[in-house]
Amino acid sequence: MRELSLNILDIAQNSIAAGASLITIEVAENTKAKELTITVSDNGCGMTEEQLNNVLDPFFTTRTTRKVGMGIPLFKLAAEQTGGSLKIESEKGKGTKTSAVFKTDSIDFTPLGDVTSTITILISMNTDRDFIYTRRLDGEGFELSTVQLKEILEGVPLSEPEVVGWMKDYINEQTNILLGGVNQ
Amino acid sequence: MKSLAELQAIKERTLKAMTARNDSEENTRIVVGMATCGIAAGARPVLNAFTEEIARRSLKGVTVSQTGCIGMCQYEPIVEVFVPGQEKVTYVQMSADKVARVVTDHIVNGNIVTEFTVGSVAK
Repeated sequence: MRELSLNILDIAQNSIAAGASLITIEVAENTKAKELTITVSDNGCGMTEEQLNNVLDPFFTTRTTRKVGMGIPLFKLAAEQTGGSLKIESEKGKGTKTSAVFKTDSIDFTPLGDVTSTITILISMNTDRDFIYTRRLDGEGFELSTVQLKEILEGVPLSEPEVVGWMKDYINEQTNILLGGVNQ
Repeated sequence: MKSLAELQAIKERTLKAMTARNDSEENTRIVVGMATCGIAAGARPVLNAFTEEIARRSLKGVTVSQTGCIGMCQYEPIVEVFVPGQEKVTYVQMSADKVARVVTDHIVNGNIVTEFTVGSVAK
C-alpha cells in the first residue's frame, strides 16, 4: 500500500464484512513520542479464538473467492518496518479492535496520505452503517460522527454529492486547523 | 469554515430535489472492487472519479457501489457495469483518467469502451 490511509480503508472493509453497525476509526499522533497510532474498532461478528490465532497468516482467510488474506499482514508489516507494532483484540459476537503503532521518524514510515478520501468513501458507500472518525494530535483533536450527521440530515442519504462534498471540506478544514495549516 | 448549519441548508435543498428520484432495479449500477487487491492497485481514486463524474453531469438513475474481491486480482482495479436488460461489462486495470470516457461513451451513450474490457486486456 502506498499510503496508510489505504490500509485504513482496507481494514475498515473487514468491519463492514463482519456486519458491524458502528465502526470507529482513530488516527492519533504523539509528536513527543514520534508515534502515530491507527485504531479501527467495530461491533461486528468478531472472531473465534482459532480465527484470531490465524489472522496474521496471509494464507488464512474466511473468504471463498481466493485463498489469501493480505490486509492484516500488510498493515502489520507497514507498522513493524518502522519499529512499531500491531495488536488485534476480538471476541466472537462482540467485535474487533485493530490497533497499529508507527514510528514516524523511521525512514520506512509510509505516508498517511489522503485519509479524507478514505473516510468519505467508507461513509458514502455504507450509508446503513455508522462511523466515528477521530483525528488527534498531542491530545487535541476533532471528531466526525455519522450518528450526528444523520440526525441533522433527517433522511437525506450520506451519499448525496453535496453531503459528501461537505464532509470532505469539513475533514480537510479541521485537519488543517489541527496540524497548524499543514496539509496531511 | 464548514458548519452544521450549512449541512442543514444542504438537507433542505436536497429533500426538495429527492422527490423525483428512484433507486430501483432500473438503475444502471457501477460496481468497483474494493478488496485489498483493488485498493492496493488504485481502486479508491477510480471510485472517487466515478462518483464525481456522475455528480458533475447530474446523471439520474446511476448508482456507484463497492464490492469485495472479484477474483481476478491481477486485473485490478476492476469495475463492473450493469445496465438493465444488458449483459454485465467488466472493465479492468482502470484508472481515474479512464473514468470520464466510460461514463460518456458507455453510461451516457450506450457504447461499450471495448479496449478497457477484460476481453481485450486479457488476450
